[in-house]
Amino acid sequence: MENKQFEDVFEAKLAKNEMIEPKDWMPDNYRKHLIRQISQHAHSEIVGMLPEGNWITRAPSLRAKVVLLAKVQDEGGHGLYLYTAAETLGTGRDELLEALHTGKAKYSSIFNYPTLTWADIGAVGWLVDGAAIMNQVMLQRTSYGPYARAMVRICKEESFHQRQGYEIMCHLSFGTAEQKAMAQDALNRWWFPTMMMFGPPDSESPNSENALKWRIKRESNDQLRQRFVNQTVQQVEYLGLTVPDPKLKWNEEKKGYDFSEPNWVEFKNVISGNGPCNKERLAARNQAHKNGEWVRAAAQAFAKKRAQKIAA
Amino acid sequence: MNNELFKYTLRLGDTNLILGQRLSEWTGHGPFLEEDLALTNITLDIMGAAKAFLEYAAKIEGKGRTEDDLAFFRNDREFYNALIVELPNGDYAKTIMRQALVDTFDLYFYQELVKSKDETLAGIAQKSIKEVTYHLRHSSSWVERFGDGTEDSHEKIQSALNELWRYTNDMFEMTEVDEVLIKAGIAVDLNLIKTKWEKHIDELLAKSTLKKPENAFMQSGSRKAIHTEHLAYILSEMQTLPRMLPDAKW
Repeated sequence: MENKQFEDVFEAKLAKNEMIEPKDWMPDNYRKHLIRQISQHAHSEIVGMLPEGNWITRAPSLRAKVVLLAKVQDEGGHGLYLYTAAETLGTGRDELLEALHTGKAKYSSIFNYPTLTWADIGAVGWLVDGAAIMNQVMLQRTSYGPYARAMVRICKEESFHQRQGYEIMCHLSFGTAEQKAMAQDALNRWWFPTMMMFGPPDSESPNSENALKWRIKRESNDQLRQRFVNQTVQQVEYLGLTVPDPKLKWNEEKKGYDFSEPNWVEFKNVISGNGPCNKERLAARNQAHKNGEWVRAAAQAFAKKRAQKIAA
Repeated sequence: MNNELFKYTLRLGDTNLILGQRLSEWTGHGPFLEEDLALTNITLDIMGAAKAFLEYAAKIEGKGRTEDDLAFFRNDREFYNALIVELPNGDYAKTIMRQALVDTFDLYFYQELVKSKDETLAGIAQKSIKEVTYHLRHSSSWVERFGDGTEDSHEKIQSALNELWRYTNDMFEMTEVDEVLIKAGIAVDLNLIKTKWEKHIDELLAKSTLKKPENAFMQSGSRKAIHTEHLAYILSEMQTLPRMLPDAKW
């Protein structure tokens, strides 16, 4: 078949809402876009283990400790499915990790913010995972089969995480005055960074157009951000906390809230490496990888010896 | 006998709690992703056992304390965990070697505890046997890989063994608490466990081309709640929030 014919088959599948599978022909740009997006997503899960893992040893009850351990482990599991999905597009995990460790690949900027108090663990689960779910729910119907299927499982677990985060916020908000203050402080610090998770405004989003055309993405950054605010304000009110945005106001006409834009200069700064924890996160990943080098080497050497023994 | 049973159950709870606390430091920092997930799984099992034992200890004590009160509001001189579990993780070889030594103990221990006349202890043991069987398979297969892997890994696992060895006997020490409870058919005779443990460890070391340290002086103290310098640091980190806000519920 001519390239044009392959392309027609691909386009026809997209038009019929059919999945693209690893063995199907796909345009190079589509493949590249997916490798970039899926691996960024995988890196985000792995780097995301760090700010939350930061509080495992200090979780204030045995139950909270076990729940947080399980949650951080889930994030690692998500990373694993996603690296595997990216591998079906022909890029190995070593190559993807190399890109992460050298700072070439991006991950979700939100994880460059510090988790300073226990309330941050609540805020991360509730807001950050909540925002992630908004992005990810649509990815369950994304056009690339392995990615869509990984997302089905990930979404189930993420909604459990969001509840876990909100549960922490409830304990704090309905607890002592110090606990409530801790919750408000966490909300103040995480509100705008969470809004940034949906990406730059549609007018300035360079990768969105193709993503929508290929059905990798199904809703625009601004649409998702609006939906997130509409949903979250109610939850804030239930907790008796205040959204740290004086411009937040219900707009009857659009049946949604008006709100302040996050600080996009800060967003760009964090993306380009100047967030509060960019250096620490990357250093921690590199350190773990480096510390594990001899372990991986030993496992390989041992497997090789065993194979030789069996052969002999 | 209530007091003995309380102390005995605390010992089991504390050993699991402090080991779980140490292992949880690895989560997110493991040598590779699959292993990070596996070790966290093991950590979760161990924390689950800690919670079950401490819950029971609180019940036996009958003073209205909860498992969280026991975990977060006792000082190091009131903790009865085995010394070996409070030692720093070190490199992955040290963590794995400690696991193999403790997992082997736990497997034989739970296999006896399951016969205890105390139904709660027997029940926790029953659940733990399944988990520890998997833990031991995990840790011993890594000991073997390191022992017979590269020269570097061999050296690391041998030196981990040399360092940890002097803390092994502490796990087997018995006090009046054990005597009273053994007579009542509740506790496990650790002398029996020791024979099995030694045999199993000898076999594992031989398979892994490792040498058992000789003439090591054995440290002791956990039965009297006398610990290494490490425990107080572990507790100050673990207990910080509940102690900062003692009236708070989490």
